[in-house]
Amino acid sequence: MLRIPCPYCGVRDEDEFRWGGQSHITRPGLDATETVWADYLFNRDNPKGIQYERWLHAFGCGRWFNLARHTVTHEILAAYRMGDPKPPLGRGAE
Amino acid sequence: MTAVQPFRLPSGGRIDRDRPIRFSCNGRSLVGYAGDTLASALLANGVRVVGRSFKYHRPRGILSAGIEETNAIFRVDTGKLSVPLVRATLQPLEEGLVATTENAVPNVDFDFGRILDFTHGLWPAGFYNKTFKWPSWHWYEGLIRHSAGSGRLPTGPDPTEYFQHNLHCDVLVVGAGPAGLAAALAAGRSGARVVLIEQEPVLGGALLWDGGEIGGTPAETWRAAAAAELANTANVRILTSTSVAGCYDHNVLMAVDRSDATGADRPVERLWKMRAKQVVLATGSIEQPLVFGHNDRPGIMLAGSVRRYVTQFAVAAGRAVVVATNNDDAYRTAFVLQDAGIAMPAIVDSRRRASDRVAEEALRRGLNVMGNSVVVDTTGGRGVTKVAVGELSGDGQSVSGRARWLDCDALAMSGGPSPTVHLYSQAGGKLRFREDLVAFVPDGCRQHVRVAGAANGTVDLAGVLAEGTDAGAAAARDCGFAAIAAALGRNSEPAGLVGSVRWAPGGTTSRQWVDFRHDVTVADIELAVRENYVSVEHLKRYTTVGMSIDQGKTSNLNALSVLASLTDRTIPKVGTTTFRPVFSPVSMGTITAGTTDHLYSPARLLAAHDWHAANGAEFESYGAWRRPACYRKAGEARQAAINREVLAVRHAVGLFEATPLGKIEVKGPDAADFLNRIYVNNMATLQPGGIRYGLMLSENGIVIDDGVAARLASDHYLVSTSSGNADRITGWLEEWHQCEWPHLKLVLSSVTAQWAVLTVAGPRARELLAGLESDIDFSSHAFPHMTIRTGRLAGVPVRVQRVSFSGEASFEVSLPACSARAMWEAWMRAGAANGIEAIGIEAILVLRLEKGFLHVGSDTDGTTNAFDVGFGAIIAKKSGDFVGRRSLMRPNDARQDRRQLVGLEPLQAADSLVAGAHLIHEAGAARRSEGFVTSAARSPTLEKSIGLGLLERGFGRRGETVTVFDNGRSFKARVVDPVFYDPKGERLNG
Repeated sequence: MLRIPCPYCGVRDEDEFRWGGQSHITRPGLDATETVWADYLFNRDNPKGIQYERWLHAFGCGRWFNLARHTVTHEILAAYRMGDPKPPLGRGAE
Repeated sequence: MTAVQPFRLPSGGRIDRDRPIRFSCNGRSLVGYAGDTLASALLANGVRVVGRSFKYHRPRGILSAGIEETNAIFRVDTGKLSVPLVRATLQPLEEGLVATTENAVPNVDFDFGRILDFTHGLWPAGFYNKTFKWPSWHWYEGLIRHSAGSGRLPTGPDPTEYFQHNLHCDVLVVGAGPAGLAAALAAGRSGARVVLIEQEPVLGGALLWDGGEIGGTPAETWRAAAAAELANTANVRILTSTSVAGCYDHNVLMAVDRSDATGADRPVERLWKMRAKQVVLATGSIEQPLVFGHNDRPGIMLAGSVRRYVTQFAVAAGRAVVVATNNDDAYRTAFVLQDAGIAMPAIVDSRRRASDRVAEEALRRGLNVMGNSVVVDTTGGRGVTKVAVGELSGDGQSVSGRARWLDCDALAMSGGPSPTVHLYSQAGGKLRFREDLVAFVPDGCRQHVRVAGAANGTVDLAGVLAEGTDAGAAAARDCGFAAIAAALGRNSEPAGLVGSVRWAPGGTTSRQWVDFRHDVTVADIELAVRENYVSVEHLKRYTTVGMSIDQGKTSNLNALSVLASLTDRTIPKVGTTTFRPVFSPVSMGTITAGTTDHLYSPARLLAAHDWHAANGAEFESYGAWRRPACYRKAGEARQAAINREVLAVRHAVGLFEATPLGKIEVKGPDAADFLNRIYVNNMATLQPGGIRYGLMLSENGIVIDDGVAARLASDHYLVSTSSGNADRITGWLEEWHQCEWPHLKLVLSSVTAQWAVLTVAGPRARELLAGLESDIDFSSHAFPHMTIRTGRLAGVPVRVQRVSFSGEASFEVSLPACSARAMWEAWMRAGAANGIEAIGIEAILVLRLEKGFLHVGSDTDGTTNAFDVGFGAIIAKKSGDFVGRRSLMRPNDARQDRRQLVGLEPLQAADSLVAGAHLIHEAGAARRSEGFVTSAARSPTLEKSIGLGLLERGFGRRGETVTVFDNGRSFKARVVDPVFYDPKGERLNG
C-alpha cells in the first residue's frame, strides 16, 4: 500500500485516493485528425520508470493533483498541484 | 495419573512439570506439560508417525520445532475452535486438545493412500498434465478432488472475533531474538517510538534454547533483563504471539496477532496494519535439510530443532541419534544430546574437518566423528532404524566404496542456516549469494529497512548482538533521535564454515526428497530439466516445489541448488523465485474483520424509510440505496401491486420518494459555459426558472447519463443526475473543472443527501399541492411543465421542479431531508380522499416505459452514442465543443445502420416481450441478431406487452415486422414509435 503525499492534506494511505492515469495530456480540439483523437482517447505511455500521473484524494479533500512515481519501485519522487508543470527531480532519490 | 512420557528427559526445559495437560492425538489419550507445544508433547510420548505425505502417503514424523514444519500438520480442536492445517510446532498445548491427521484413510497408522508410494513411478511431477485426458477429464475429476487436499474446512459459524488495528511508529523491530532485542533496546533508549514484534509468546528467540554467554553472564540473564527493560520502557510497545505476514511498499507491514486466541471463551484474532518510518528485520534463519536417499522417514529431524527439543522442552528425539551435517552448528546438538545422556553413534560431517574449537571439543568428548562422509540412505518402516554412511570421493562428486550401516532411532541433519529474507525481499531488498554460507543474504534495500543478525548471515552471538544494536541505533537516528550504539565486543571467533555439500551424489533420485510437504524428489527436478523447465520459476510451477503451505522454507534452497547442479550453473545464476506475502498463514476472517452480512457495504436509506417499511414496502437494493420496489397490500401479489400503482398515477395521484436522485449545485459566472461543455444540449440558452432535459457523453461519445438541469439564476444551476449516477457524475464534473478547465469560475457542490425528493404525479397531483399552505402558485398557467419554483410548502423551504418521468402532470418537491418523513405522512393523509397511493420503483419503470423515456444503462449500453437515442437534431443546433463531440464526428459514429432506439409491440396479444430477447434478421442463411429488447413490461394502462429496443437502422424501420427470439421461442413484433401513451403530451403539459 502506498503512502501518498497529498499536496493539501499531507501523507495519507493509498486507499484514500483514486488513480487518474497519465498526466499532462492536452485535450485536442474539434479540428483534430482521427489519429490524434484516437491517440488521445486510447493510447497512454507505459514506462518502466518514472511516470507523471494524476491522483484524486477521493476520501479526503476531493482535489486532483499530480505525482511523479517510479512504476517499478513505487518510489514517489514528487507531488505537485494539478496544472503545474513537471518539477525537476533530484537524482538523490535512490 | 501421570502417564509415562517415554522420551521426556528427567530434568530441565522451560516446562512446568507440576501442570500436566491431557490431550488426544488420532484417538490416543496422552499427557504433556504446560509450556509444551503439541509437537514437543507428541515427541515426549514417543509418537513417531504424525502424518502422511501429500502425494505418496508415506508415514512422516516431526521435522522441526518452528514455522518451517512440513509434516506435523493436524486438524486441532480446542473446544473453542476447530482449525485444519495447524502446525503442531506452533500450537501451544491446551487441556482437552484433540489433534487429528486429516489426509490419511482410514488413519495415520494405516493409510490406503500408501499404494501411491508403491506405484510412485507412475506419478512423477506434472503427471496430471499428461494423463486423465480420455475420454474426458471430468470422468476423473470427482475422485481427484476427493483425494486431493490436506484438510477439511470446519462447518458451522466461526466463533472467532476479528479486529483490525492501525499502528504508527518510528522504529519497527521484527523478531525478538538476540538481534531484535538488541535493536529494540538501542532504539528504545533513544526515546523513539518502538514496536517490537515476536511470533512466540515469550521474547528471546534462540536465546530461549541455545543458552551460551553474553558478556560473561549466562544468556538467559541478559534475555530476562532485556525483556524487563523493554516492558518498562514507555515508548516501547511489545506484541507477542504476533507474526508479521507481509511487508509492502512504503514500510507498510501487516501482522497477525493471536495473543488472545487462547484463554478467553471466544478466540480473538487481530490484524495490525503498521506504518513505520524505519524497519529492522531480525527474522533469524531457517536450518536446511540434507538431501539423501529416504531422507523423509519419521525420526529424521533438523539438528537445531533436536537441540531445541532437549533444552526448551526436555524431550529427546530418540535414544540413539546420528548427527549428519555440513557445518559446525550441528555439533552443538551432539554436545547437548550427549550431556542429556543420549547415545550418539556418529557425527557424519561432509567436510574433512570441523573448525578447530569444535573439532577439539568433539574429540575431548570422545564422540565418533566421520569426516568427509555423507548419509546416503536410511531404512525403517514406521521410523528410521538404520542409516547408511558413505565416504565422499576426492572431488566430492560421488560416494566411493561401500556404505556403512549405523543403528539409530533418530537422525539430526543440518544443511546450514538459510537467512529468513522473505519480508526483506517483499520490501524490495536485493540478495547476494555467500559461498561460505551456501545461502542468500541481504544486499541492500531501497526502502528504509535494515536487517540484523542471523537474517543477515551473521552466525556468532556477539556479532548478532552488535549488528542488532547498530541497526536499532541507526534506525532511531534516522528518525531524528540521538542513539548510542553500545560496544558489546565482537567475538573474534570465525563463523563455523558451511560445507557446500547438501545433496549426497548418486543413489536413486526418486527416493531423495527435496520438498517434504509436496513430495517433490530430486527425480522430479531431473524430469523438469529433461523437459527444459530450467528457469527457477518454471521449476517451481512444474514440480510444485515450494508451493505448499510451508512455501518452501526448507525446500527452495535445496531445489535451486539441485537445479544449478543439473544445469551446470552456479546457484546465484539460477536465482530465487519471487517472494510474495504472506509469510505465515492469515485467516480470511482477520482480513475481513467482521465486515460481513449487513456490515459488508453501507446501506443508504430513504428519508421516509420507516414509513415505507411499516406500509408493505418490498425493499430491494438499487446501488447502495434500499428502495421500495412496490408496496404490497395484505394478500396482494407483487405484479398486482405494481399494476395498481401504475393505474393510480394514471387516474388519480401517486407519491414516490425520489431522494437518491443526484442533485449538484453549479454556481459561478462561468456556470453556463461549463455546463455547455459537459452537456450535449445548449444549457446557456436556458432561461432562469426553466428546466432542460440533457444528455452527458463520455469522451468516446457514449451516453453516460441523462437528467435535467434547472436554472435558478444567471449564475446558478441545479444539475440532477439519474439516481445510480449521483456520485459518479459529481466526480465527473469535478474532474473536468479541476483538471481541464480550472480557469472557469464556478463552484460545484453535491447536495444529494441534503434534499429529500417527494414526487407527486397524476391528474390530481396539482389538487393535492394546491390544497397545502404555500407561496407557490401551482396552477397550470403559472407553473408550466419544465419549470422550477422555490418557496415554502406547508412551512418548509422547498424547490419544486415540474418534471415528469411518468408522463402525467408531476411535481418533484425537494425539501430538507429532516422534514421529509413528516411531509410524506401529511400528504398521504391529505391525498386519501383523492385516492393517493405510494409508488415503488417498478411502477415508475413501467410508467416511463409507456412514455418511451430513456433509462440510461438499461436502454443504453457501452456502445450507444447520442445519435442512437435520437439526439441528432439537438446536436445539430448546438455550436461549440462538448465532451464527446469530436467522437460523434467519426464516420462510424454517424452511420445509419447503427442500433437505434425503437418501440416494439408483439403482433399477438398472448406474446410478451422480455428484456434481452434478440431481434433476428432471418433473410437467407445469414441468420443473425440485429439488436435486442432493452426494456419490456406488460402495460396495465394499455393492456398489452410493450418494449424498447436497440435495432439496426431502427429510425427508418417504423411499421416493419421483426422476429423476436427469446430463449428458444420466436414470435413477431412490430417496430413502433417508442411513445406508447399520450404521444401528444397533453397529460404531461396539462
